[in-house]
Amino acid sequence: MQRFVSIWFKHLTTDWFTLRRPDLRDIAFVLAAPQHGRMVVTAANPIAEAQGITEGMVVADARAIFPSLEVLDDKPELTIALLRLLAEWCLRYTPISAIDPSDGLVLNSSGCTHLWGGEEPYLKEILVRLRNKGYHARAAMADTIGTAWAVARFGQVKAIIPPGEQATALLPLPPAALRIEPAMVQRLHKLGLYRIGHIINMPQSVLRRRFGPDLLLRLSQALGKEEEALEPIRPVLPYQERLPCLEPIVTATGLEIALKKLLDVLCLRLQQEGKGLRAAAFMGYRVDGKLERIEIGTNRASHHSEHIFKLFEQKIAQIEPALGIELFILEADKVEELSPLQETLWAENGGLGATEVAELLDRLAGKWGENCIHRYLPAEHYWPERSIKRASSLLEKPGIPWRTARPRPIRLLAKPEAITVTAPIPDYPPMLFRYQGKLHPIKKADGPERIAHEWWLEGGEHRDYYEVEDEEGQRYWLFRSGHYDAEKNNKWFIHGFFA
Amino acid sequence: MHSLKDKIAVIAQLQQDILLLEGFKPPANGIGVDVGLEPIKDAFPNAVFPTAAVHEFLSTSIEQGAATAGFVGGILGKLMQQEGVCIWISSTQMLFPPALKTFGIAPHRIIFIKLNRERDILWAMEEALKCEKLAAVVAELQEINLTASRRLQLAVEKSRVTGFILRHQPRSLGNTSCVSRWRITPISSSLDDDMPGVGFPRWKVELLKIRNGRPGTWQMEWSAKQFHIISERRAAPLQELLLKRG
Repeated sequence: MQRFVSIWFKHLTTDWFTLRRPDLRDIAFVLAAPQHGRMVVTAANPIAEAQGITEGMVVADARAIFPSLEVLDDKPELTIALLRLLAEWCLRYTPISAIDPSDGLVLNSSGCTHLWGGEEPYLKEILVRLRNKGYHARAAMADTIGTAWAVARFGQVKAIIPPGEQATALLPLPPAALRIEPAMVQRLHKLGLYRIGHIINMPQSVLRRRFGPDLLLRLSQALGKEEEALEPIRPVLPYQERLPCLEPIVTATGLEIALKKLLDVLCLRLQQEGKGLRAAAFMGYRVDGKLERIEIGTNRASHHSEHIFKLFEQKIAQIEPALGIELFILEADKVEELSPLQETLWAENGGLGATEVAELLDRLAGKWGENCIHRYLPAEHYWPERSIKRASSLLEKPGIPWRTARPRPIRLLAKPEAITVTAPIPDYPPMLFRYQGKLHPIKKADGPERIAHEWWLEGGEHRDYYEVEDEEGQRYWLFRSGHYDAEKNNKWFIHGFFA
Repeated sequence: MHSLKDKIAVIAQLQQDILLLEGFKPPANGIGVDVGLEPIKDAFPNAVFPTAAVHEFLSTSIEQGAATAGFVGGILGKLMQQEGVCIWISSTQMLFPPALKTFGIAPHRIIFIKLNRERDILWAMEEALKCEKLAAVVAELQEINLTASRRLQLAVEKSRVTGFILRHQPRSLGNTSCVSRWRITPISSSLDDDMPGVGFPRWKVELLKIRNGRPGTWQMEWSAKQFHIISERRAAPLQELLLKRG
């Protein structure tokens, strides 16, 4: 035999607003949302309702009834979010708790009530707790969801319907208690059927012909003749592990052992679910109430406990245990899917996809930050400073091939440095140049290679690059900025060194 | 009574044993990794360029540094075949990746690590050398002492990764446990038939120290994606021509 509890929150959203803003407790206010260009009341608090303001009323009409009415903007999705939270909270009373849109919860409390000393204390406990929180809640318990629902909303006498007495409990209730559509309720009312008792004994064929199968279904569900499925909420278990300690931990070795234990458990779970973590935090609650926290991140999702331990190990020194840490928590903040198939593929190739390389980079990034690691890809620019770009990820492949048509120096100065040259003929390489106080007579030269600014990016003079070799066989990359002009002294620069 | 032949065999065997003890394993299948240094293989122990070891390169000027980068690039190009990945650790970003393509390297497979302090570079290099999936690790350092180099040596013996240390203007040379010490100096290039213009990169390669090998000096050229020894004969006619003209 099953027992169900239905909880009805009559003023769910307004109660929530009142909780957030205690000043709303004693005034009439409504929540409103735009609908067809008008502001329509979506919820009214008990005080406003006492003034005759109901859901679905236009705000202007409501203001006409009660001029000092406070109107707040409704938040869409708030109801469902609140119900979900409340359903999760209700998991303390039963393992099966479900949302009953749009204003209630259904709990399957079969076999749970004895833990609270019976059904009455059980229901009372739930209601008292909810009311103490500030919610207007009503609840009922019965053998079927339908009856519990009906009694919670329309019941007058008692909230707990003894097993097998659904029919008696339903008799005095209005047809609306059967969870049927308002249009059908109106039709029943029109025909003078104001009580469920009026229809409960009618022949089924008659009811089906007049009102369709829906009414019959609801009726038999409420009476327990038809099974009704419940869709319980499944709370997402956070990727978190806890380790309480009998004695406060003070030493680094102790911290490491705690971390290792937590990591093993967490990584096992991640592995079983085919996931890997991208970011994790290790926290220690100190005896004096302070919280110590270290964080790590990885380049690729990983559930390799040794690797993650190494990342944390670099930061363990940052934890200050002081008088000792009594509770450790390991939390994976960011978890991603990990494809095991791909992993084996990468392991075979080695290369940039190798897990070991990613792990090495994680360790380096953990110690000095992400910014110390660079990888370059060719960019579609001739201007030397723009011809390479930073790769955004470890696995990004070059979109265009590397250019090798023109010689490029192996060492490039971050900024070209000015040099003094002697250039005999226009557009010829210089005869000698002076760089850092040393004179370099030029023996061989190639060039010029003219590289112009990309005008759509940046303006400026073009550069005429020469590859030159001096007496000693040292090779340089020089350029003249702009056209040769005898009158204005052309500026020459050194930009790189060839191998 | 032992003949001379036997003695030579015994000595050769003992030398092999010493090499093994010092961490030089003979190549598993008889062929080592070909790093393109065939022309000077006689200088190396077992006649193979020692991979899974740390090599030290010295440079005093920027030009020498560039030549060293080129020479190391040539070796890296061979080491990084089959999707190999290299880590290049330095304090300044002066290497220009597009130029590496000329040395047979896919520049996007080099991961650059920029660190400011020498001790950080050493730490990163040791960590990187422990990673078996890397083809090579290059670090630009100024100073390295015996202890630090020993740590690196221990790391490479386990992981079989090849390490290169480029030392620019070192204050003291001292003793290191690196397997070799090189100095690469650029020398003037030349084109066939005395054509004008700059030719392929040419270096004076000095192998100052090599454990269990023979140090030496060679003149080498990088062309057609290979190292070539410049024969004196080829250089000679040019000199004569110049003299005649002069």
